[in-house]
Amino acid sequence: MTTIAATGTDLHAHDHHDADHKPGFFARWFMSTNHKDIGTLYLIFAIFAGIIGGAISGLMRMELAAPGIQYLQGWASIMAGKEASLDEAYHMWNVLITAHGLIMVFFMVMPAIIGGFGNWFVPLMIGAPDMAFPRMNNISFWLTVVAFIMLLGSSFVPGGTGLGAGTGWTVYAPLSTSGSVGPAVDMAIFSLHLAGAASILGAINFITTIFNMRAPGMTLHKMPLFVWSVLVTAFLLLLALPVLAAAITMLLVDRNFGGAFFDAAAGGDPVLYQHLFWFFGHPEVYIMILPGFGIISQIVATFSRKPVFGYLGMAYAMVAIGVVGFVVWAHHMFTTGMSVDMKMYFTAATMVIAVPTGIKIFSWIATMWGGSVSFKTPMVWAMGFIFMFTVGGVTGVVLANGGLDDNLHDTYYVVAHFHYVLSLGAVFSLFAGFYYWFGKMSGRHLNEFLGHLHFWIFFIGVNVLFFPMHFLGNSGMPRRYPDYPEAFAYWNGVASFGYAIMGVGVLIFFVNVIWSLVAGRRAEDNYWGEGATTLEWTLTSPPPYHQFETLPVIK
Amino acid sequence: MLKKLLVVFAAMTMPSLAMAQPENPAPAPLTKEVAAPVVATPAAATTAAPATDTAAPTEAAPKSMDGSLPGYTPMRPNYEDSVGMPKPKEVDFQEQFTENGQYAKWINNAILLPIITIISLFVLGLLLWVIVRFNRRANPVPSKTTHNTFIEVVWTLVPVLILLGIAYPSLDLLAKQFKPAPAEAVTIKATGYQWYWGYTYPDHGGFEVISNMLKEESDVAKGERFRTENDGPKLLAVDNRMVVPAGVPLRIQTTAADVIHAFAVPSLWFKLDAVPGRLNEKSITITKPGVYFGQCSELCGARHAFMPLVVEALPPAQFAAWVKAQGGSMPGEEKPAPAAPAAAATPTEIVAAPAAAPTN
Repeated sequence: MTTIAATGTDLHAHDHHDADHKPGFFARWFMSTNHKDIGTLYLIFAIFAGIIGGAISGLMRMELAAPGIQYLQGWASIMAGKEASLDEAYHMWNVLITAHGLIMVFFMVMPAIIGGFGNWFVPLMIGAPDMAFPRMNNISFWLTVVAFIMLLGSSFVPGGTGLGAGTGWTVYAPLSTSGSVGPAVDMAIFSLHLAGAASILGAINFITTIFNMRAPGMTLHKMPLFVWSVLVTAFLLLLALPVLAAAITMLLVDRNFGGAFFDAAAGGDPVLYQHLFWFFGHPEVYIMILPGFGIISQIVATFSRKPVFGYLGMAYAMVAIGVVGFVVWAHHMFTTGMSVDMKMYFTAATMVIAVPTGIKIFSWIATMWGGSVSFKTPMVWAMGFIFMFTVGGVTGVVLANGGLDDNLHDTYYVVAHFHYVLSLGAVFSLFAGFYYWFGKMSGRHLNEFLGHLHFWIFFIGVNVLFFPMHFLGNSGMPRRYPDYPEAFAYWNGVASFGYAIMGVGVLIFFVNVIWSLVAGRRAEDNYWGEGATTLEWTLTSPPPYHQFETLPVIK
Repeated sequence: MLKKLLVVFAAMTMPSLAMAQPENPAPAPLTKEVAAPVVATPAAATTAAPATDTAAPTEAAPKSMDGSLPGYTPMRPNYEDSVGMPKPKEVDFQEQFTENGQYAKWINNAILLPIITIISLFVLGLLLWVIVRFNRRANPVPSKTTHNTFIEVVWTLVPVLILLGIAYPSLDLLAKQFKPAPAEAVTIKATGYQWYWGYTYPDHGGFEVISNMLKEESDVAKGERFRTENDGPKLLAVDNRMVVPAGVPLRIQTTAADVIHAFAVPSLWFKLDAVPGRLNEKSITITKPGVYFGQCSELCGARHAFMPLVVEALPPAQFAAWVKAQGGSMPGEEKPAPAAPAAAATPTEIVAAPAAAPTN
C-alpha cells in the first residue's frame, strides 16, 4: 500500500497541488474514476429519479383523493396523444404503480444510499485513496443511467392494454408474459438487467475495497459501522441479484422464445417465478435499509459524543439480518396456496428477524443514554428514523403471521408497513446522512433552521400520509386499485392531504440545498466537533481530490 | 361443537325459511346444459322484474333486472350494521363471520396490537427521556459506557420470549385454518378470469355461475341491468353472487384461466390466490346467513379493481332452492331432467353472459 502511495507522489511530483488536481469538466464528470465524483453523480441522479418517482406518487394520491376516476383518463390521453379509453386509463394506473415502485427501489434509494454515500464515505472511512476498481465504478453508474432511461422509455411503447409496463414492480408471470403483449415489459426487464448488473459490479467493488484497502491498523472490528453495513449489503447484492437476473431472463424466454418456465399450460409454474423473485426481493429490502442502519449508527454516536454502544453486537446484528434475510422470502407468498408446514416455517423464521432488529434499536438508544446529546438536524432525522422504523418493524411482526396475513396480504396494511420501513426508514436515513455529510461533500453548511423545519413538516406529512393506510388495510382495501368503494373515501382523503404536507417539506429541502450552495457558510474540517471520530473528519471539507496519499495509521 | 350450535342458531334465526325446505321442488323452468357457463337470466324471471323495473318500459328482452330467479331473490346486504362490507372511517378489521376469522381477529386485537403498541410507545418514551435527560445542557459530560453484557442479553432474550408468546397462537391459528374440510363439505370452485369470476358447483351438477361487477345506472345502456342498493355498494356489487349454505363447511377451491387473481373476502378472513394450472383449496364455515363482499387481491391487469366477488350465505334450504333455480341438483338427488327448450333460456343469452364483462 505504501508503495502505491509513493508512486502516486512521484507521478505528480512536479505539481504542488497534486492532491487537488482535477481533470477538465467532461473528463471529470463523464469519464470519472474518482470515488467522490462518482458518489456525487449517484446522489444527483438519485435526487432526479426521486423527484420523478415522488411526482408519480403525487399523481397517484391525486387520483385516490376521492372515489371515482378523476384524472386518469386525461393523463392516459396525454401519454397516448389521443383520446384514451377507460381500460387504457386503468392500465395507466398499473404503469404508475410499477414505475413508482421500480424507480424508488432501483433508481432512488439504492443509488443514493449505496452508490452515493457508499462511494463517498467507504474509502474515506477506511482510509483508502479510492475504490479498488475505479473504472468499474464508473461503468456501474452509467449502466444505472441507461437502465433508468430504458425504464422511462418503456412508458411510451405498447405494453398490453395501453402504453407502458403495468405489471407491478414484482413483474409476476403470467401477467408479465402472456398477459402483457408489446415491447414495454421487455424494456422494463432489460432495465432491471442493467440496473442489476450495475449493482453486482458495485458490490464486487465494495467487497474488494473493504477487504483489501483498509488503512494500516484498521481491522474489521475497528471499521466504522457504516462500512460494516455496506459490506453486508454488498454481499446481499452479490448473492441476490443474480437470482433476479435469472428470473427475469426466464421471463424474456417465456415472452419471446417460446419458453414455458412459468406457463402452466405447457408444464411450467407461475409460482416458481414468485419464489425466484422473492429470493431476491426479500434480501433487496435489507439492501435498502442496512446502509441506513450504518448511517444512523454514525450519527447517533457523533451527536451523543459517545462511541456506539455494543459495537460488535451492532455489526453482527447486521450480519444476522443479512443471513436470516435469505431464508424468509416466502412470507411474501403466504396466499399462493402453500402447505401448512411451509407457512409455519416462514412465519417462525420471519419473526426471528425481529431479534437482531431489536438489538439495533435498543443499542442506538443505549448509545444516547448517558450521552451529551445535541439535537442538530442529522440527529433529529436519526431519532425520527428510530421511532418510525420501530413502528414499521412491529407491523412487520404482525404481517409475519401467516394466519393473519390471510386477511392483510395485498391490502393497504402492507403498503403502510413497507412505507414505514422504507419511506420513513430508508428515506429518513438518507436525509439524515445528507444533512450529516453535506458540509463534508460540498464544503458548505446547510441551514439548521430550514433543516429542522424540513424535518417537522416531512415527519408530520408522511405520518398523515401513511398511518391511515393501516386502517384502510384492516378494513380490507386492496393494493394497486385506482378506484375504491365509498367506505374507503375518508382515510384516502386524509392520506392524500398528508402527501401535500410532505410535498411542502420536500420543497423546503430543495430551498435549503440551493441556499447552501449559493450562500452557505464554509464548512470546517470537523464541523460536528469531538463526537465525530471517523476518518472523513480528519480531512478538509470538501476533501482533496485525492486523499490519503500518505495512508493514515489507526491505533 | 360450536359449529353445530351455530348451524342451529342460523336455522333458528330464519325459521320461516328453514321450514319451507323440502316441499318446494318446483323444478325451475330452466334449460341448461349442466356445465354451461350460464348466468341465470331466464325468461321466467320476468315475474320478479317489476319490483325494480321503474320508469323504463323495457321493450328489451325479458330480463331479470335484480338477479332474481324462481325461488330465489338476492338477499339485501345489511347496510345498517355494515355486515360483510367496509365501514366509513373504519380502523379495525371488518366483523368476522367465520370461527377462524374471529380467532384471527382476536389474536390481532387482543395479543398483537397491544404488544406492538406498547413496544412502539416504549421506544418513543425512551427517546423522549433521552431528549429531556441527556441533552447537552442537562448532561454536559457524556458517560464512557460502551458495553453492558447483562442489558444486551436482556434485550435479546426478552424479544425472543415475546415472539414465542406470539408464535403459539399464531401457529395454532394456522393449524386451524388448514384443518381439512370434512367429506360432506360443499365444494365451490372459483375461477378467476380477466376480469370476472366464475363459480362452479361440482357437488351440485357442475353448473358455473359467471359473476360480473354491476355498473352504475348512468354507465349502462337502457334496459341493461345496473347496480341497485339491493345488490350492494358501488364497485362491490355483482350480477350473480356466489351462493353458499351458511353453517355448513365449505371447500373453496381457486384457480385461474389467464393470469393470477386472488379470491379475497375480508369479513371471512379469506384470501387465496387463483393461479393458472393450480387448484388451491381452503375450508371455511360461514356462521351466519348474509352477503359478504370482497375484491380481487392480486394485480391481474387493467380491470383488476373492477372484479369484485360477493358471497351470499343462505340457510341450507334456501341454498337448495337456489341450486334448483340454477338447474343443479343437491347431492344424492336425481339430476332434474333438462326441461323442454320452450323455456327460452335462449342461446343468445348464454353467450351474452360471459361477454357481459364490462367494456370500458
